[in-house]
Amino acid sequence: MDFELSPEQALIKDSVDRFVADEYGAEQRLASTGGEPGFSRAHWVKFAELGWLGLLAAEDDGGFGGGAVETMIVMEAFGAGLVVEPFIPAVVVAGTLLAAAGGAASAALLADAIAGERIVALAYAEPRSGYDPVSVTTTARVDGGDFIVDGQKVAVPYACAADTIIVSARTDGAVDSTAGITLLAVDSHAPGVERRDYVTCDERRASQVSFAGVRVPRSAMVGTLGDGFPLLAESLDRGSAGVCAEAVGIMDVLVRSTVDFLKTRVQFGRPIGTFQALQHRAVDMLIQLELGRAIATHAAAAIDDGDPSARSAATAAAKAFIADAGRFVTESAIQLHGAIGITEELPISQYVKRLTAIEHEFGDAGFSLGRYMSAMEQNEAAQGGPAFG
Amino acid sequence: MDFRLTSGDIAFRSEVRVFLAGALSPDVQAKARHAEPISQADRLEWFSKLNERGWMAPSWPEAYGGTGWTPIQRMIFDEECAEAWAPPGISPGVVMLGPVLIAHGSEEQRSYYLPRLLRSDDWWCQGYSEPGSGSDLASLQTRAVRDANGYLVNGQKIWITQADLANMMFCLVRTSDEPKKQEGISFLLIDMTSTGVTVRPIRTLNGEAEICEVFLDDVRIPAGNLVGREGEGWTYATQLLEHERTAVGSIGRSRAALARLRSIMAAPDGSVNKFLPDPVFAQRLARVEIRLRAARFLQLRAVSAASAGERPGRESSLLKIVGSELMQEIAHLTMTANGYAANEKQSPATNGYFDSRKLSIFSGSNEIQRSIVAKRILGL
Repeated sequence: MDFELSPEQALIKDSVDRFVADEYGAEQRLASTGGEPGFSRAHWVKFAELGWLGLLAAEDDGGFGGGAVETMIVMEAFGAGLVVEPFIPAVVVAGTLLAAAGGAASAALLADAIAGERIVALAYAEPRSGYDPVSVTTTARVDGGDFIVDGQKVAVPYACAADTIIVSARTDGAVDSTAGITLLAVDSHAPGVERRDYVTCDERRASQVSFAGVRVPRSAMVGTLGDGFPLLAESLDRGSAGVCAEAVGIMDVLVRSTVDFLKTRVQFGRPIGTFQALQHRAVDMLIQLELGRAIATHAAAAIDDGDPSARSAATAAAKAFIADAGRFVTESAIQLHGAIGITEELPISQYVKRLTAIEHEFGDAGFSLGRYMSAMEQNEAAQGGPAFG
Repeated sequence: MDFRLTSGDIAFRSEVRVFLAGALSPDVQAKARHAEPISQADRLEWFSKLNERGWMAPSWPEAYGGTGWTPIQRMIFDEECAEAWAPPGISPGVVMLGPVLIAHGSEEQRSYYLPRLLRSDDWWCQGYSEPGSGSDLASLQTRAVRDANGYLVNGQKIWITQADLANMMFCLVRTSDEPKKQEGISFLLIDMTSTGVTVRPIRTLNGEAEICEVFLDDVRIPAGNLVGREGEGWTYATQLLEHERTAVGSIGRSRAALARLRSIMAAPDGSVNKFLPDPVFAQRLARVEIRLRAARFLQLRAVSAASAGERPGRESSLLKIVGSELMQEIAHLTMTANGYAANEKQSPATNGYFDSRKLSIFSGSNEIQRSIVAKRILGL
């Protein structure tokens, strides 16, 4: 049992912290989010040079060979720095998919992605799927040596910058069946692919993407036919744990900023941090932060342990907890700041917005709670008795 | 970072399991499991098994009979005891007095009391709170006046767990009036069989009378029963409360209680149980489990930091608050799972619920804990 960073992990943390401190002021972020594609291409090149784009890829594939704990270290720092580059969608989610899929085509895409020459996004959510990746109505029909893809995807992060979009499509099975889902790497400029790009509430980018008779060669299959769901589930779990860590970095900033404000703001002739009602609210924020940090670590540990059912329960638990904890910390930060807390000029406003968006990413509190409950039920059935731990 | 147990720790866990299998009687386990009262005889039997094995005082230095366990091993031991339904509750003397004697007692006090603590020769209670001094403990008024024959003690103590069973009490008394009220307090050992000591049990919500009031009227205490120096008792005691706090944040007990609750629902014994299909109940249960997962990792981090020789950080300060609230929520869920049967007088689940209310009050209420965290950790 060891919560200390290994020398390699400490190196990653140092370099990410240094990047955020040196190159990530509020003005730089504003310049990125104000223009297209909503982040800095220069930063992305730098990420490639620093090896961060290969954080999760095996060393043989030119990657760093890191896991969920390394992702957590990076994302906590990215959260504290409000880094907008699409690290989770491209590196953690799509990167994991490509690495786990195997096969020459996926390996080639991954190599380009690690080099920073190709941005890959995952499109899984649909207009009627809610947060559930099993609910797939987009179809991929076999036509000779190709697939023909038809359907609608929503909330695809940074599709505007993506060269390749991995699409979950149904090649078989009913709409809510885990079997019959196939993952296809679609060229984002292929005929029949249309996007509606929009700006998110936290100044990031996402798109609705429609696919109308899009012809995709069979070689673009990521993983095997009809068996895409386990890959999809793992990559979404990794993304989920990643945003949990990001949320921890954000909550940490919000707690510190709020406590600083309580120490300096004077009313009734004394710092308002001397009032017990506000002190206790601040302590409750700290409790949510530290429990959040703990459960994000739990999720990362479960992913790195490798057992899929334990992984699924732990990441769902983490996301359910973080969604509520993040909301509590956000609302308390605003409340304890008073009127200034609702202004955009206050630096914490950007953290508030990001944390609010994270509440929904990879499933909100209700969805994640349900996911946790069904994971526990399945574990229980598999073990022939109540399971907890 | 590596969150797995080492092979040494896994071997240690097996060793603990083997010990527990031999040391615990099914009868006592069943009482603990069903939240029924544990008799003092049961408790003493369990402590004698622990002492035979040399495991009575894990928190003490090895030189005085401690186990030399790492903080992780201590956590494993606690978790295994909880899982095996060892009798809950600690020896207050071993857990709370022992460390104070070791740190501040005289050589004579240590060589006399410590072996007796390990053997449970004496049963100790803690005399801190007074009718007028609860959260504001430092305002305590029980007075010990020094004369040629030792101390003459007068005052009243309250909320004392098992004072009716105890033959000894470690006690905070006022020996002088200083401008800073904490500085006039001393740490005294009182023989409960002394003339002038009267104990009155107090019946609580669960129908038990585990806590008592103690009246001290002209009680004569030998000067040798002062621990450390006069006026420094507050420092010793707050240090002691830290020990108590770690014991209270019992995440292991919550895990066991939750496993029990799940098994009640999976295999209802006797009474009709329709709670698992109730989505509201199931969601509450899932939320508690999730919170417990978080709390357990918080505890692991605290334990890991302690193993690395760091002073207890923010994690342990928060664990008392989080741990007690979790236990209370689980106690309420357990009562709820019993349905109408919960309303029967002396239903163990309902008594367990009533009893759980104390967890956020004793050893510093959760409000006091929040104020302490605000001051010490947040610097407010």
